[in-house]
Amino acid sequence: MPLVSSEVSESEPDTRAKTSAAADPRSIGMVFLCTLMGAAAQILMKRGANELSGGDLAGILTNLPLIAGYACYGVNTILLVLALRRGHLSVLYPIIALTYVWVTILSPLFFQDPVNGWKVAGVGLIVLGVSLIGVGSRE
Amino acid sequence: MTTPLSSILLVLGASFIGSFAAVSLKAGADRLPPGLLALFLSWRIGLGVALFLLSSVLFVAGLKHGSLTVLYPMVSLGYIWTLFWSRLFFGEPFNRSKVLGLLLILVGVSCIGLGNR
Repeated sequence: MPLVSSEVSESEPDTRAKTSAAADPRSIGMVFLCTLMGAAAQILMKRGANELSGGDLAGILTNLPLIAGYACYGVNTILLVLALRRGHLSVLYPIIALTYVWVTILSPLFFQDPVNGWKVAGVGLIVLGVSLIGVGSRE
Repeated sequence: MTTPLSSILLVLGASFIGSFAAVSLKAGADRLPPGLLALFLSWRIGLGVALFLLSSVLFVAGLKHGSLTVLYPMVSLGYIWTLFWSRLFFGEPFNRSKVLGLLLILVGVSCIGLGNR
């Protein structure tokens, strides 16, 4: 079966967005939520990794932050797929770059990661870029 | 700090595989019948998740050595690949705001890479 085919078989209900808009506002909201979950996952996993001593499997399987991090990634993926049902990939996917923004803002609070000019500039540019894609795709 | 070629290849490979993960998830999402259970039964979504996991393993391996200043911009190349696949596989249009927006994201991610040195 091809990965991508242009037609949907009759047995599968067609739930594609019928609107001409590039992305449903609900989809944009879901991807936004996705980026918050992704940032939480990264911070939890970093915290979990810092607690790990050695690479024993028992230590990994009982590491709560690490498990919570993976769970966040799971929810993250489900949200992304649900969002992709009603919107263009080229509009929704770049929004995920906001994860960098949250991680950069939250890292100084959880770890000894100092803020600097580069990070502030990076956060600003990413927000600008994501907004531009969003605004430009409304028509 | 010099960045080994192996790190560059790992990160480039990871961004490339990650962009196909996004394509597979989108192809799966487009064919999804209503209901949350269907999400776990779609092979395209399963493939997308597997590709994402593979790309994250390669990212971690690649980012272990070498300079973030060089490697971080490559991480965000995944967004550029995805823009091309979106057009090729799903017929989504290119427009100026998408291209300019992605460039800003790329420069922004590079700045964060510089800030994380």
